[in-house]
Amino acid sequence: MSEIFRVAIIGSGPAGKSAAGRAASLGLSHILLEKTDHLSDTIYKYQKGKHVMATPSQLVLRSDQEFEAGKREAILENWNQRTKELGVNVKFNAEAKAIRGTGPAIEGSVHVIEMRGRDGTITKKEIQRYAPPYEIELTNGEKIMAENVVFAIGTQGNPNRMRCPGGDLPHVQYQLDDPTEYVDEHIVVIGAGDAGIENARGLAEDAAQGNVVTIVSRGPEAPSPKESFPTAKEANALALLGDRNAGKLFIRFETDTASVEPGWITFSTRDGEERVRCDRIIARIGSAPPRAFIEECGIAFTSADRLAFPQLSPVFESTAPGIFVIGALAGYPLIKHCMNQGYDVIEFINGNTELKPADEPILEAKFRDLPGRKSVAEWLDLLRENVTILNGMNPLQMREFMLDSDAKFYRKGDVIFERAAPGSSLFAIAQGSVAVQIDPSDTSKIVPIGQGSIFGEVGLISGRRRGATVVAAEDTICVEISRNAALKLQSQVPTAKKAIERISTERLLLQMFGSGLKPDDIAEVVETSKIRQVKPGEAILKEGDEGNEIYVIRVGSMIVEKEIGGKPVFLSYLPAGSYVGEMALIAGGRRTATVKAAIKSEVIRIDGDAFKKVLEANPELLKRAKRDMASRQDINAFIEAKKDSFSGVVDMYSGVANFLVENGIGEATDVLLIDESLCVGCDNCEKACADSHDGLSRLDREAGRSYAHLHVPTSCRHCEHPHCMADCPPNAINRGPDGEVYINDTCIGCGNCQRNCPYGVIRMDKVPPKKPSLLSWLFFGFGPGPGEPSKKWAYANSDPGVEKPKKAIKCDMCAGIEGGPSCVRACPTGAAIRVAPDEFLTVARLEQEEA
Amino acid sequence: MATQAQPAAPAVRKKTTGRQRNSMHDGFLRHRNFRWMKIATVLSITCLVSYFLVDVQPRHNGGSWYGYTLGTIGALLILWLTCLGLRKRAITPGGWSLKAWTSAHVYLGLSLIVIGTLHTGFQLGWNVHTLAWSLMMIVIISGIFGIYFYATLPDNLSNNRADSDGAVTERMMIEQLRSLDRQLHDAAQPLDPAQAALVQASLEQDPFDGNFFQRIGNSYRGCETRAAIAELRRMRAYQPRMGDDPLDKVDGLLQRKESTLARLRKHLQIKSMLQVWLFVHVPMTFALLAALSAHIFSVFFYW
Ligand SMILES: Cc1cc2nc3c(=O)[nH]c(=O)nc-3n(C[C@H](O)[C@H](O)[C@H](O)COP(=O)(O)OP(=O)(O)OC[C@H]3O[C@@H](n4cnc5c(N)ncnc54)[C@H](O)[C@@H]3O)c2cc1C
Ligand code: HEM
Ligand code: SF4
Ligand code: SF4
Ligand code: SF4
Repeated sequence: MSEIFRVAIIGSGPAGKSAAGRAASLGLSHILLEKTDHLSDTIYKYQKGKHVMATPSQLVLRSDQEFEAGKREAILENWNQRTKELGVNVKFNAEAKAIRGTGPAIEGSVHVIEMRGRDGTITKKEIQRYAPPYEIELTNGEKIMAENVVFAIGTQGNPNRMRCPGGDLPHVQYQLDDPTEYVDEHIVVIGAGDAGIENARGLAEDAAQGNVVTIVSRGPEAPSPKESFPTAKEANALALLGDRNAGKLFIRFETDTASVEPGWITFSTRDGEERVRCDRIIARIGSAPPRAFIEECGIAFTSADRLAFPQLSPVFESTAPGIFVIGALAGYPLIKHCMNQGYDVIEFINGNTELKPADEPILEAKFRDLPGRKSVAEWLDLLRENVTILNGMNPLQMREFMLDSDAKFYRKGDVIFERAAPGSSLFAIAQGSVAVQIDPSDTSKIVPIGQGSIFGEVGLISGRRRGATVVAAEDTICVEISRNAALKLQSQVPTAKKAIERISTERLLLQMFGSGLKPDDIAEVVETSKIRQVKPGEAILKEGDEGNEIYVIRVGSMIVEKEIGGKPVFLSYLPAGSYVGEMALIAGGRRTATVKAAIKSEVIRIDGDAFKKVLEANPELLKRAKRDMASRQDINAFIEAKKDSFSGVVDMYSGVANFLVENGIGEATDVLLIDESLCVGCDNCEKACADSHDGLSRLDREAGRSYAHLHVPTSCRHCEHPHCMADCPPNAINRGPDGEVYINDTCIGCGNCQRNCPYGVIRMDKVPPKKPSLLSWLFFGFGPGPGEPSKKWAYANSDPGVEKPKKAIKCDMCAGIEGGPSCVRACPTGAAIRVAPDEFLTVARLEQEEA
Repeated sequence: MATQAQPAAPAVRKKTTGRQRNSMHDGFLRHRNFRWMKIATVLSITCLVSYFLVDVQPRHNGGSWYGYTLGTIGALLILWLTCLGLRKRAITPGGWSLKAWTSAHVYLGLSLIVIGTLHTGFQLGWNVHTLAWSLMMIVIISGIFGIYFYATLPDNLSNNRADSDGAVTERMMIEQLRSLDRQLHDAAQPLDPAQAALVQASLEQDPFDGNFFQRIGNSYRGCETRAAIAELRRMRAYQPRMGDDPLDKVDGLLQRKESTLARLRKHLQIKSMLQVWLFVHVPMTFALLAALSAHIFSVFFYW
């Protein structure tokens, strides 16, 4: 072992290669280790010709490497060139496998890794940390020594490998770049998740390629596509089954791979082993996030949460001294951030303590409008100290946190948000106090909330509209914490999570039961309450069971069913913020109906006896609870009575309700439905959507499922907790003032939202050129006419000099267009409607149906 | 420093005005509890009653003050009815709903039967005036057919598309056909030339080559797929049975192709019926506008 490098950088993505570039310019002894045989594998794997975007635009780039928005190829070319020019010491095909300190054991520095087994058991593993220099072991057995290690391996992780004999043969591959590359081969795709399905369909798409494609799934075939392929999106599952029915490819259910040989694969099935021809295997069996590897190096994460990131100091140092983490792995998923951090981390390692972070101007802008001249650092300190839930954060976390949040100043009397306004952000009071108007008819009834506390948590948790108007009680500074930032915060600071949960439970109960209850009255109830996750379809109450707990729906929604005449009949739909279980508590007896989750939900389980005490102490509340109960009993009685006389209608009502719930309506806030007994198939809805949105339609009328002439087309449902928002690097997806989930201009076209939306409503496309006006089409036949122009026309009429990026596009509920949804307004027959599920799934519909 | 460019603030999104929500919906015919039907009925009855009350000498005709009034109303109505075509395609912001427009269009259009006919004073003859009236009646009658189709066909369209896992789209039907063709092509390889030729004929026939009348009547007499099934079965009846006959597979595929074709053809038939009346309605509207202009022009200049 010869040299000990000053710094070893693992991973050559934007973060790693920028760090290496800085080290080279400073003349530090360094080495850049890259797993693959090229730089920056994540970007290398982008689609060919992808337009890479440089957001956020206000952020200045600080790096020895260059980066401007442009085509993937040009950017990679430039990076390769610069890396050479700077004299970076790169080692390709060098995958780091383990890192160990070679110095003395660091006393008292033990990292405990908790591993959760499938059965819920937790095993603990202790890792003693050793001082630098570190020995980095590569997968090929080579060892490299360095005083400092910079982790910049991104979040892509490693694909899970095939474990059967022969799984390491060269014709087993884990990625498919170009399905048109292969001809006349017998190809087996292992794993029927989205990636596997897309690959298999791609390979079988063009029959002229002559491939024989088989996709293998472990699970059995079920009656519905969704259950047959539980890890895939329904649209993909449907398309795959369609391809199979069309004879394009084969699907093998309940099959595992027993072994692989060149030219053959052996499956193990229920009927024993079967040897089949196979020239190529594409294994898409998921990928392991890099977390396990990093933890093994002694690096602690902020929590066990899936969203958690490594715990870092303000200079990106992890809990293992001398090991630094930057880039996407540190929680900064944009190329510019990554490159800046690469530069910064080397400066820090090199002893530069003066360096100001490059995001300073962005934060300055955030604090610009606040009263009192303070520096960014002072503001950050003030927020952190004053707001209870932020107390546990370090300065680096605070900076990152503020990038996703906003600081706002309100004068006394300013409205912060209004009742029934949509919004999923959380507010924290940094200075001053606010007043919550709890009674819409009497604005003098208020509940004060003081400095340091939070409000708006109902919107954050349930995704539903604001429950009350909140005004500033004095001049006030608040931090508005976006949903993403709030989720990150909760995963980073466990105490913040607890605090938010407690406050939200208390407020939810107070708000729900009203009647002048005070926090003290329900202290015991809150203390004994438990939050429980409920899987879709899982019942929290079963008809005929004993029990007197009350359940409050905190996240998601539930459906209530009753067995009538041997069949489950749908009674009602309960959105988040409602409670169930009061009948058994008040009237005694067994549960009168079954309540089960329509989607993945969370409930607060309240101890019946504790709640009973509250009821007894508050006659007002008891009266109200009895009233609620009576109105529910009325509905039940109504439906039961109808069941005898109009059983067809009730079955239909039940059927429609179940169909809608199956199609994800339980998490929708606004969904497009088409009454197919009125729809004449003119597609004017699609045309109208395209014509009011840059020439691209955001709905596919014909696609989607139908039941009893009710059709749910492919169009955004504006989910309560939009799946599409989860993984958007520039945070371009937000909820607007009409409740719409929309994508703003900062979209970088990465396609994550498209993959994450379970309803397949997002498409990636570029804006077509502007069409001639309607009148010039009508009178002179200019242009392609109303609706989305054909790809051919768009291509022929676009300016070849301008490169337009493909971006994610989806329905924005026609926000900002007076009159609302164009698709609905433009339907000549009234077939298309947009509804909220709780408005739609009511008994009133049953009455109308009957009429 | 004062002139340093500030990053453009993102446009603030505001609540949209005029957003309407209605979860209880009704179709265009029942729109707002038949509002336009009521209005049109009142309009027609008023015209009818006044026709008998107003005494025009020597007899009712288009040239009296009363005739002028009805004529003006009628002409304006026709112009407005024509505007539906524009409204349908000009997706401007605002509180309009095409459903309401269609509802008004239908009922006011029907009231033209009364208004237009009373305007003539039943003086019909072989002239440009009567031409205008007849064209108007043709447009209206075609509209009545349209309503009939709009009221009865959508259910069928939807049923035909319905499927155990949701609904198939037109694109999916075409895809299915393509892939069945590919399989047929492979499966037909072992057949003898005479049999293969039958399959080939089915493959070569473009499912869209039927003409308009075939499409709307859903009668494709020259369907090669159906012919191939029948002929292959006939041929096989004289052949000794053996296990693993390639004809079995071909027969199965042909049957699946036929049922897919049947579904697609039904789909196209219903879709054409939903449109065919517009091929009369719209061109006749333009003819009507021309005749109407000629009628008005001649009335004022060649009295
Ligand atoms: C489809 C797509 C489009 C995107 N578009 C944009 C865009 O337009 N603009 C934008 O700003 N951002 C975009 N992003 C996000 C951006 O690509 C990432 O945030 C960024 O690449 C993260 O950089 P990184 O250096 O942290 O890690 P990565 O770029 O992921 O680099 C990690 C490197 O480490 C290597 N590595 C991993 N493990 C090891 C190991 N054990 N040993 C050695 N080497 C290892 C990998 O091979 C890889 O080269 C996009 C992301 C995707 C998926
Ligand atoms: C003289 C009277 C009428 C005129 C000038 C007229 C004109 C028109 C025009 C120009 C269109 C637009 C077609 C298109 O652009 O697609 C239209 C559509 C239509 N008309 Fe009429 N029309 C008349 C009477 C009627 C009557 C009496 C009825 C019904 C009884 C009727 C029913 C319809 C229907 C249902 C549509 C289709 C709406 C749609 O699908 O968008 N019309 N008419
Ligand atoms: S506009 Fe209305 S009638 Fe036309 S296709 Fe759309 S939903 Fe159907
Ligand atoms: S895009 Fe998909 S995930 Fe996002 S809100 Fe719409 S339906 Fe929900
Ligand atoms: S609401 Fe607007 S954006 Fe959404 S599908 Fe309808 S027309 Fe398109």
